[in-house]
Amino acid sequence: MKQKTGLGHYIYIVWDYFYSNIVTLVKVASHTFTKADTVEYPEQMPYLAPRFRGRIVLTRDPTGEERCVACNLCASACPTDCISLQKTEDESGRWSAEYFRINFSRCVFCGMCEEACPTYAIQLTQDFELAEYERQNMVYEKQHLLIDGPGKHPDYSFYELSGKAVSGRAKGAGTQEAEPVNLKSLLP
Amino acid sequence: MIWAYLYNIVFYASCGVTVLATILMISRHNAVHALLYLIISSLSLAIIFYLLGAAFAAALEVIVYAGAVMILFVFVVMMLNQGQRSVVHEAAWLPASGWILPSVLAAILLSLLLIGMYSDQPLPPYGVHGVAVKEVGIALFGPYVLVVELASFLLLSGLIGAFHIARKMPSHMSSNTLEEVDHG
Amino acid sequence: MSPVVNNLLNVVLILVCVVFGAALLTWLERRLLGIWQDRYGPNRVGPFGTLQIVADMIKLLMKQDWVPPFADRLIFIVAPAFAMFVVVAAFAVIPMAPGVGVVDLNIGLLFFLAMTSLGVYAVMFGAYASDNKYAMLGGLRAAAQMVSYEVFMGLSLMGVVMLAGTFNLRELVLAQADGWFIGPQIVGFFIFFMAGIAESHRTPFDLPEAEHELTAGFHTEYSGMKFAMFFIGEYVSVLMSAAMITVLFFGGWLGPAWLPPLGWFLLKTMTLVLLMILIRGSLPRPRYDQLMTFGWKFMLPLALINLLITSALILI
Repeated sequence: MKQKTGLGHYIYIVWDYFYSNIVTLVKVASHTFTKADTVEYPEQMPYLAPRFRGRIVLTRDPTGEERCVACNLCASACPTDCISLQKTEDESGRWSAEYFRINFSRCVFCGMCEEACPTYAIQLTQDFELAEYERQNMVYEKQHLLIDGPGKHPDYSFYELSGKAVSGRAKGAGTQEAEPVNLKSLLP
Repeated sequence: MIWAYLYNIVFYASCGVTVLATILMISRHNAVHALLYLIISSLSLAIIFYLLGAAFAAALEVIVYAGAVMILFVFVVMMLNQGQRSVVHEAAWLPASGWILPSVLAAILLSLLLIGMYSDQPLPPYGVHGVAVKEVGIALFGPYVLVVELASFLLLSGLIGAFHIARKMPSHMSSNTLEEVDHG
Repeated sequence: MSPVVNNLLNVVLILVCVVFGAALLTWLERRLLGIWQDRYGPNRVGPFGTLQIVADMIKLLMKQDWVPPFADRLIFIVAPAFAMFVVVAAFAVIPMAPGVGVVDLNIGLLFFLAMTSLGVYAVMFGAYASDNKYAMLGGLRAAAQMVSYEVFMGLSLMGVVMLAGTFNLRELVLAQADGWFIGPQIVGFFIFFMAGIAESHRTPFDLPEAEHELTAGFHTEYSGMKFAMFFIGEYVSVLMSAAMITVLFFGGWLGPAWLPPLGWFLLKTMTLVLLMILIRGSLPRPRYDQLMTFGWKFMLPLALINLLITSALILI
């Protein structure tokens, strides 16, 4: 392509530059009269989406028992390895976490643990105000994580549906469960 | 009365600063420090010019010498960025014995200057009439017009030389050099 | 009141007002940029955030006065002081109103040009003393940029000088009683405005301290009060450019009598400062070679043509 030269082209370029710059100036100046988009946060809470992912909690059954069965799926799903826990089993047969620790100074609030959890125990809440003066305070133990309610799934109870025998209820005694099939019996 | 005293104090102070800064400029090993002293020297020289009534010369001294020429010096020194190594080199190149001959020559010049100054009527340090910008202009385009034209010729030739050095190579020449580099 | 006391009062008041005005300008600029970017800017400390400058000053004063071990100590300390000194000294010749102004020099305009040309040294020595590659690049850019822009900064003013026939700034203002020089010297005004922004190295001509390329350019190694000196020096030079344009092109303190002369001067200066902040808020930074091309191939010929036409019209 032949490059355009000459005085006319030069003047055109100069005019073009000036015009575009002046248009920019006018457009920016017109923003004097637009409203600020800022949300002044501590006085005015910003809107949080229902699925906002904030501080992690451990929820309980409708009956008030801990939901967590210490299956370690959340810990293995965690991309930053900030969850650590140890399984224990009580005399009734229920599994639970002996300790459950989340290091929030490493957590990136991705929600993978919530997706991995088979019992809806681990859930992310709307709380994001996690500032602490000491770094060690960012490590939350089980008693800090546990809440009293069932969280996002109020009716769900893992042991009601799982078919595992726990104290007071035999196998197959839960809701939506059939009696276990006796393999040795020939009766229909 | 007090203004005359103040005038003298400022005049001799800036004279002293000029001489001291120039000596320091010569004797520094670090090039940037030397340039700093040179700038201080030309600034105090501008003050002397101003006190002697040549306000326009003082302003030009600052604008042209301190403001443009020295900046190019500093620019080049910064581009070379020599650091501590060059300071050591400079120190090695300027032994104490190297100062003898220049000092003798400078002393001869100084004595000549002093003889010239004190043989006639000593010049008053102040009281010279202020030279206005208009007088400078009339002088430049009146009696000294030939000198101005010569200086402008010199500047023009310098400009043309710079343009010649900085111009882009014709395309066939630059491609030739490229080939040479490739084969060589 | 004796004239000596009067003069001293003038000097001290103008010095204090200029430095505090520049400090307040940092707040004003941040608020205005906020407004133009649809946010608020600093609005927490004091009414409308005006005490933000006090908070900033306390923070900067509390910081450790740190000189890097590899720096050239003497020059490192002198450079920011020099940056501040040069712009404040240039303010001395600006006539704000009849009777308000530090000194009435016959070569006032040349003194202003001399001081702005010395402003480069603060940047260059700061850059050299830091011994840092970003600072070095910033210093080299500053040197080339400011030397080139000084050339037509001076040339653009010569039209005004020819019209008024003097270098004295007070007489320049009085020469505009019949009409401001912005009319006949609109091209000179445009060139001087651009050069003024370039001399105080602000966006869009802030290549010496371009944040995205050079961290902070020539003051990368500076912190605390030394950084503040560079920073306030920049704002003082913004004020100075605006005041100088007011004096040279907008008739200084002249104006209808419903405002006092000082009021007119401040009003015109603040309007120009607002325009400079608006330019900072909207225009992007050109590439370095574009800046140089713009300077030498467009502004310099324009200044020369302006000078030629003005002198021809005066002679006719």
